[in-house]
Amino acid sequence: MQWESIADFFAMGGYGLYVWGSYIVTALCVVFEILDLKKNR
Amino acid sequence: MNIWKYSSPQYFYPLAKKMATIFFVFAAVFTVWGLYIGFFVAPTDFQQGESYRIIFIHVPAAWMSMLIYLIMSFWAAIGLIMNTRLSSMMAHALAPTGALMTFVALWTGAFWGRPTWGAWWVWDARLTSELILLFLYIGYMALRASIEDPRRADRASAILALVGVVNVPIIYFSVQWWNTLHQGASVSLTKSPSMATSMLTGMLVMALAFWMYSIAVSLIRVRRIIRDREANAAWLAESSGAQ
Repeated sequence: MQWESIADFFAMGGYGLYVWGSYIVTALCVVFEILDLKKNR
Repeated sequence: MNIWKYSSPQYFYPLAKKMATIFFVFAAVFTVWGLYIGFFVAPTDFQQGESYRIIFIHVPAAWMSMLIYLIMSFWAAIGLIMNTRLSSMMAHALAPTGALMTFVALWTGAFWGRPTWGAWWVWDARLTSELILLFLYIGYMALRASIEDPRRADRASAILALVGVVNVPIIYFSVQWWNTLHQGASVSLTKSPSMATSMLTGMLVMALAFWMYSIAVSLIRVRRIIRDREANAAWLAESSGAQ
């Protein structure tokens, strides 16, 4: 494991904005799609 | 057992629900496993630092965006040629998920390109053809939505899907055919992959997760489409209490 601490993990070696910006938007897309399918059940 | 009976919406409808549940479970398991490898096992890249960890969603999303288009066109073609209702419904059900995967591939690509290339977007052949893929998905859905008779919408949208399929090999081979800023394939069927084993494993497990997820949501969506289109069918009225 390469992370010294939780803060280190979230910092992603200075690329936090880009890494989390990608993962969070992807997760939001998935959540949105599933909610949309549930709504139209 | 006659498996062909599942080409009828009536028999496929309950089967799709069972299959979707199984595929959702697999999707969740592979996502947890893949993210664990991606964030805790795979080492830091010696050139790109931690920014490369975006590939664990970028590459699977990009693969799925192309693959879903091929599968969507396949079902659209079957529906057009054989005049089978369920095939066209399946093509219809795949389009939104394909569009979502294309959007994710473009978005994560931009977030990787900014620190790596210094630009969110460049008009390079790979990026441009992937953007065209997004427009094809949107065009397909818009065309469907604009035609009221679902059988006519099936045929018209199938032709659009089949014309657009030429774009998929263009995306795939763009990095070989043109001098693109986008890097060439690190994983291909003919060469051994040019990356660390744990990075490759994480990417492949995430690709499996995206596969399972795409199948699961498409099955749920095709059930919704069956409900809409077969709303007057007696079998649906009978099963609606139980489902």
